[in-house]
Amino acid sequence: MIQVDRLTKQYGPVTAIRDVSFSIEKGGIVGFLGPNGAGKTTTMRILACFMPAAGGTARVAGYDVFSQSLEVRRRIGYLPENVPLYGELTVAAYLDFAAEIKGVSRSDRKRRVAEVMDRCDLADVQRRLIGKLSKGYRQRVGLAQALVNDPDVLILDEPTIGLDPVQVAEIRALIKSLAGQHTVILSTHILPEVSVVCEGVIIINRGRIAAQGSLDRLAEEFFPTARIELQVTGPAEAVRSALRQIPGVLRVEHQGTANGAGIFMVEAMRDRDVRAAIAQLVAERRWGLLELHQAGMSLEEVFLRVVAGEEFAGGEATA
Amino acid sequence: MTGVRAVFKKEMRLYFTSPVAYVVFTFFLLIVGYFFYSIFAFYNLTSMQAAMNPAFARDLNVTDAIMRPLFSNTGIILLFFMPMLTMRLFAEEKRSGTIELLLTFPVRDGEVLAGKFAAAIVLFVMLLGLTALYPAIVGYFTRVEWGPLLSGYLGLLLLGSSFLAVGVLVSSLTENQIVASFATFAILLGFWVIGWSADLAGGNWRAVFQYLSILEHLDSFGKGVIDTKDVLYYLSVIALSLFLTLRALESKRWRG
Ligand SMILES: Nc1ncnc2c1ncn2[C@@H]1O[C@H](COP(=O)(O)OP(=O)(O)OP(=O)(O)O)[C@@H](O)[C@H]1O
Ligand SMILES: [Mg+2]
Repeated sequence: MIQVDRLTKQYGPVTAIRDVSFSIEKGGIVGFLGPNGAGKTTTMRILACFMPAAGGTARVAGYDVFSQSLEVRRRIGYLPENVPLYGELTVAAYLDFAAEIKGVSRSDRKRRVAEVMDRCDLADVQRRLIGKLSKGYRQRVGLAQALVNDPDVLILDEPTIGLDPVQVAEIRALIKSLAGQHTVILSTHILPEVSVVCEGVIIINRGRIAAQGSLDRLAEEFFPTARIELQVTGPAEAVRSALRQIPGVLRVEHQGTANGAGIFMVEAMRDRDVRAAIAQLVAERRWGLLELHQAGMSLEEVFLRVVAGEEFAGGEATA
Repeated sequence: MTGVRAVFKKEMRLYFTSPVAYVVFTFFLLIVGYFFYSIFAFYNLTSMQAAMNPAFARDLNVTDAIMRPLFSNTGIILLFFMPMLTMRLFAEEKRSGTIELLLTFPVRDGEVLAGKFAAAIVLFVMLLGLTALYPAIVGYFTRVEWGPLLSGYLGLLLLGSSFLAVGVLVSSLTENQIVASFATFAILLGFWVIGWSADLAGGNWRAVFQYLSILEHLDSFGKGVIDTKDVLYYLSVIALSLFLTLRALESKRWRG
């Protein structure tokens, strides 16, 4: 649905993105991650046909963003970073304008506007001026505007920034419900958001794609070993050396005690699940097993490792 | 076409949700009304004198004594007010960032421009329509010549539309409404003042300056003469300004 090939863009002397390539399947929801100034907004602006790229090509919904920009624009919904809206218009008037300019036919317009207002929970404020709404509601109006033409592709630049936790959860649920019929690319700084909402991740750093793929694949790529956390009652040293004997275990760390139990972190090879063996061992020795779980590689760790790795590599290159 | 309509409707809504349109309407009509009153009163005075001294009466007619000065005065007043109708059109979209969404909607830049320009023109035509009250008052007291009246209004329409086109162009070049308004005003003033320098300059320059002077072209309309030269002048000002506006929008896209 989205194919980006070696996209490059400069603002004067500043190169915002360089050779950015990725693709997103139809119906997918992909998180676009990166530190401040990485080039997320720039990439999305090019995809939304706001600005042309300096080099490379991008196709959205099968059309080229530069040479067939109108075709692309008919099929997308775009939520820019700061949700720019006309403060002097009422919510209903604005959405009617958005529907009309996006080519929703006159007969469908009322129904579509009512639908998106319903979906984004705006019915109560439809007569209010947008300028007088709270940030969260403005965000919803922005989202409603993006959805009003029932687009194939949604491009959302930081859709949950500045919302309270309840609203964040609501908006995330809304975005998640779009999966399937719509292809979504959303940028964010909030890493858990990607784990909750997205199927795939694209990490961009300093204008270049640093990593992309499903979360699991990234975890495997950047963390070849699995980590298991457990709490065991028993003499710490004995537990530690016993755990070390289990085949597949690479390293054991005693991290402290809580409630009279030792907290251990076991690093093991990914291809061999050592959890059953650990449980068995603890039972045989008649220690108490209070907790055992495999720590999922949090996206945060992946992200930090990817970005830190880049920094390191970047430092080397310039040195 | 639906894109033009949508933009047009939005702009009309915004005109009437802000106080600018009301302020412009009120003060424009008041000032034109004041000029009308003083010209009319002066005409009354001279016709009274003419009644006593028939030698005067030969040169006295409503078109020359009331309508022509009224048209040229209105032209000058438009120069002050038109920039206020266009200052917001692009500058505010750029300042608030709404231009980013506007330019990603499935409409051509030209359609956006057409919708905005049309809204400004329609507002201006409404304003001009309200001033028809004054000729109507004249018509109540005496016979009006329809020809010069209509051609005079056509002249004002062309003149005002040129002002608006220049204003739209300037608005697309800045993010600040106040700057847009003052810069438009200064440019229009320049095109007016250039007519004065025509009197000082000699030879070919005189003709050039005279041709460039934006108010100079209004005069013959007031006499009931529609000269293609004048019409073409206004149409070229409009076309050139709108063309440059499109270029400005395009460059805005490249710069982000
Ligand atoms: N209009 C502009 N003019 C000049 N430089 C710009 C412009 N917009 C962005 N940049 C620069 O381009 C780079 C990428 O910016 P971009 O806005 O794409 O980053 P981002 O990933 O969206 O960051 P953030 O997370 O802070 O929103 C930055 O170095 C930024 O300073
Ligand atoms: Mg950004």
